[in-house]
Amino acid sequence: MFKWKKLGRVFNPVEIKDRPWLKEFAQAPAVLIFDDFVRVYFSCRPPADENGQYVSYSAYVDLNRNNLFDILRVSDAPVLKLGALGMFDEFGTYPVSVIRYNNEIRAYYAGWTRCESVPFNVAIGYGISNDDGKTFEKIGEGPVLSYSIDEPFVLSGPKIRRFNNKFYLFYIAGKKWILDNGKPEPVYTIRLATSDDGFNWTKENKDLVTYKIEEHEAQASPDVFFYQGKYHMFFCYRHSRDYRGKENGYRIGYASSTDCVNWLRDDCKAGIDVSEDGWDSEMISYPHVFELDGEVYMFYLGNQVGKYGFGLAKLSEYQP
Amino acid sequence: MKWLKKGLIFNPAEHNLPQNCREFAQSPQTLVFDDFVRIYFSTRTKDELSGKYLSLIAFADFDKNFTKVLNTSSQTVIELGALGSFDEHGIFPINIVRHADKILAYTCGWSRRVSVSVETATGLAISEDNGLSFTKIGTGPVLSSSLHEPVLVGDSFVQFYEGRFHMWYIYGKKWIAAHGGEPPARVYKIAHAVSNDGINWQKEEGKQIIADVLNENECQALPTVTKIDNRYHMYFCFREATDFRKNAKRGYRLGYAWSDDLLTWTRDDANGGMGFSETGWDSEMMCYPHIFQCDNTCYLLYNGNEFGKHGFGIAALLAL
Repeated sequence: MFKWKKLGRVFNPVEIKDRPWLKEFAQAPAVLIFDDFVRVYFSCRPPADENGQYVSYSAYVDLNRNNLFDILRVSDAPVLKLGALGMFDEFGTYPVSVIRYNNEIRAYYAGWTRCESVPFNVAIGYGISNDDGKTFEKIGEGPVLSYSIDEPFVLSGPKIRRFNNKFYLFYIAGKKWILDNGKPEPVYTIRLATSDDGFNWTKENKDLVTYKIEEHEAQASPDVFFYQGKYHMFFCYRHSRDYRGKENGYRIGYASSTDCVNWLRDDCKAGIDVSEDGWDSEMISYPHVFELDGEVYMFYLGNQVGKYGFGLAKLSEYQP
Repeated sequence: MKWLKKGLIFNPAEHNLPQNCREFAQSPQTLVFDDFVRIYFSTRTKDELSGKYLSLIAFADFDKNFTKVLNTSSQTVIELGALGSFDEHGIFPINIVRHADKILAYTCGWSRRVSVSVETATGLAISEDNGLSFTKIGTGPVLSSSLHEPVLVGDSFVQFYEGRFHMWYIYGKKWIAAHGGEPPARVYKIAHAVSNDGINWQKEEGKQIIADVLNENECQALPTVTKIDNRYHMYFCFREATDFRKNAKRGYRLGYAWSDDLLTWTRDDANGGMGFSETGWDSEMMCYPHIFQCDNTCYLLYNGNEFGKHGFGIAALLAL
């Protein structure tokens, strides 16, 4: 059982005025810890185009390590370029998950393309930074993790981890597209692939977490950390239809595992829910848990899936 | 290679094909039976919603002299994919492999994009009724884009040689921006993958195995391979990347290469022996070759002018 104390909103992208590509949204926070600051990568969008369509970029904000509410700087440019004409990441590089390995900083990100019968498709790309995580160069023009027999489309939300000398990539994969009032909506579940080198991945080809609220429940942001002898996963889930409001919108779920492959879902242990009022009163989503200087923190998104930024909670109690 | 052209053997306008398909019989590929040869091909119907074409698989059964059509498919050979799937908007081509009492089909599935026309991937299906119909082994593809093969994986052709499966296929290198009234143009090359089970494939990852003869934007498609004595022979079609639809000088013609070890291929179009006819159905374009052996004779099926709008023809190998 986890118990979290909400500390409030840390970053609101709407307050950033001088970066046209960072107009709204700060989604999917993911940290990289430096000696004196904590870099939080997130994903953002310029205003929608004349057809109401968005592209999305990833950026970062650096927070004072001793006071995570003290914003030191915001990235001057997106950390990843959009892909060339026809490529899998032509219309978005979002979200991004980073890891230090062998003096390198590696990024896994979801690349977005636009389709005719459904609005988009997504696959997972790979980049390496040569400037301490300010920008990432793609290793290839194509995805590092792509579609397969049981993961036919929408591979998104990668989270890279390293446990027991192996890379673990948690992500979501689409199962089917359903129609919500005539509008296609993807149904997706949480999946896992492992790798020795970060290039060649072996998919587990199984849903890690069972569904709870409905068969077509959408699950996202599988955020795993190792703590007190166990693997813990915080993730978010929502209804498949009419999910943009409070009732059917995102909540944070929880599962635990001793081997990273077999997971036991038990949401009532998550210990965090929507607030009575304020910026996270309608939905909470995209949790990211990390340890810093002896404390455990969670970044998460509030209403409208992070349109107005992300906030912070601190672990106040844990009972295995 | 010395061939005897036997002319057009199938014109779709002369047969009653399912779903009112009257035009196109593209990329003929065979399944040989004791007393007849089933030739699969892609025909087209109009998508009522968009007015665009959908490619569908049909077949015609021929006597072993290829002079008589014994039967044509009356039912769906293989379903197109569901909403959002890689093969939602067409299957073209289909390659049939008989192996260890099983009949496998490697499909090239098409789905439409917004900034470019299409994306493709290779699917796998199995027949339990002697090739009358095929059931996919999953919703997604068995071979898809990757880091250095970023788009347009397809045109798979599979043979079992030297104890394992070999696949020759194409991958897209790039899309060239729209120019001079032409839509964005793709550039694709021939590659090779191997597998022990026909399901899990190992690519050579971005390795073009057939040299260009035109220029770096040469488009190479539909590799087809057979073994005669101790040598492997490959036919394929190739063209310029742009202005190829109506300009015979830049359109598809047949290329040829050979290999003695399945690793390195020597391109040798001059010895392929299959050029345009002076007049008639294959005088302006030749494409989508399929090489196969039947009763100790080697044959080549192929399409002619207008990408096979008016059917396919056959040639018999006279001498090496």
